[in-house]
Amino acid sequence: MSASLALARREIVRFLRQKSRVVGAVAPPLVMWILVGAGFKGSFREDSFGYFFPGTVVLVVLFAAIFATISVIEDRREGFLQGVLVSPVAPSSIALGKVLGGTVLGLIQGLPLLVLVPVAGLKADAAGLLTAAALLVVLAFALTALGFAIAWCLESTQGFHAIMNLFLIPMWLLSGAFFPVDGAPGWLRATMAVNPLTYAVAALRRALGGAAPAFASPALSFAVTIAFAAVTFGAAVAVVARFPAGPAGRSGPPLPEKP
Amino acid sequence: MTPPAVEARSLSRSFGARAALTGVSFSVARGEIFALLGPNGGGKTTLFRILATLLPPGAGSFSIDGLDAGKEPRAVRKRLGVVFQAPSLDKKLTVTENLALQGALYGLSGAPRDARIGELLETFHLQDRALDLVETLSGGLARRVEIAKALLHAPPVLLLDEPSTGLDPGARRDLVGLLGSLALGGTAVLLTTHLFEEAEAAHRIGILDRGRLLALDTPAALKATLGGDVVAVEAKDENGAPALAASIASRFGAEAGRITVVGPTVRVELPAAHTFVPRLVEAFPGAFKSVTLGAPSLEDVFIARTGRRFREADAAESAP
Repeated sequence: MSASLALARREIVRFLRQKSRVVGAVAPPLVMWILVGAGFKGSFREDSFGYFFPGTVVLVVLFAAIFATISVIEDRREGFLQGVLVSPVAPSSIALGKVLGGTVLGLIQGLPLLVLVPVAGLKADAAGLLTAAALLVVLAFALTALGFAIAWCLESTQGFHAIMNLFLIPMWLLSGAFFPVDGAPGWLRATMAVNPLTYAVAALRRALGGAAPAFASPALSFAVTIAFAAVTFGAAVAVVARFPAGPAGRSGPPLPEKP
Repeated sequence: MTPPAVEARSLSRSFGARAALTGVSFSVARGEIFALLGPNGGGKTTLFRILATLLPPGAGSFSIDGLDAGKEPRAVRKRLGVVFQAPSLDKKLTVTENLALQGALYGLSGAPRDARIGELLETFHLQDRALDLVETLSGGLARRVEIAKALLHAPPVLLLDEPSTGLDPGARRDLVGLLGSLALGGTAVLLTTHLFEEAEAAHRIGILDRGRLLALDTPAALKATLGGDVVAVEAKDENGAPALAASIASRFGAEAGRITVVGPTVRVELPAAHTFVPRLVEAFPGAFKSVTLGAPSLEDVFIARTGRRFREADAAESAP
């Protein structure tokens, strides 16, 4: 456990020493929120700022998770990871360290956005805000674990960008963050109903005083989000245990770049 | 009887159809410096990664302090200190932060860890850089931190992969001195190298080429397997070495001992070369670019065992 905490602490220290990363994770979703909110206001829906707000917070947490776990690939390339892999630390502790670190980073970036709730035209009471915060903790953990499990199996950050565009961003688009589940055509609705992120967005939306689709009941939404976190963390531990040497483990040396 | 610090039993590993390591067995005692010498691509890195527990062997097994690595990987890892050829420090952390993190990975914490860090900073003359980010250190300094990091948990076995990579000659001498004092303190030191000078400093050398251990002995014993002196003759005509070798063999017969051709050079091994060289030069006036006479070096041992010069082997093996 202390090894995990030390590894998580490293993530946070590194983050705070790279200022550009703070801007990189928070600014793009906020800019998008303002542009989409302003653009849709009037033509599509009056409450566009409020409607897009929960999805924006989720996107900040998703970006934070992606940036935090993409560092797995850098750790491997720069050689840091090999020192961890030869230590007696268990695979689960290696995964937990990175995921805990990424969760904290996601929360550092995601939670402060909740002060914008009134600006977005949403009405949330203290209980709602606390519920939203609790949900974000679980969601940040789940998304970081998902990113970790993907990044562990990839050789290059370019590969991660491809997965991000092909898989993670569509997952967000089809979560009810961008358009309501209820108005979507049947096949899309079905996809959205099996997307675990749909339930996290629904729970967040409801906590912040918005309306969520009926099938994503409050209890179900929390249950799915917690299960999502459990499954992704299980996957994160499994990839470390199964492929300790990562993508190159199958083809052999050389691994890190030589100086 | 205490088990050897490192014991490798018929280690093999292949990648696809390529056999990187074939049936390598050896053991290293406590307090011994053992060098694995070989050209790049000869199997050193594969063997190193197997011993460091990064890569499971395809066949065979090894033990550290009598503990089988396949059965007790965590206990084995606790006993290994590993210095990689590529840096393994976090450049965005300070020297002390890197060492403290290493402590956490090996279950050290609190005052004992801080005391140990202080001790290592002193040994490696790093006190005044302790709070600097690793990315601000020179290559040689960063290398010292790497080794300090590997020694933090006071492992009984230290593995080093090409440890002098990127070090200037002075820092190399320091490294040899450090490894010597660690061995005196009872640490088993196993290093890989493609530098003959570095291997000379070891108590025993294993020559690894094309995945096989070709020779295993002390540097002196390895050199003693060659007969006395080595005369190297470089032919004036670049492609003339084979013909020249044949002429030398027919002119001097058994007196010339073992003759090998390596590139443009003819090498003659014989017990006492000082009377042979003048007669050789007289016998073939104008045919030589150079003639050198010397005691056998480790490179001569390598050539005698493989029929290739070390750097040629290097080039051939590292070509894709």
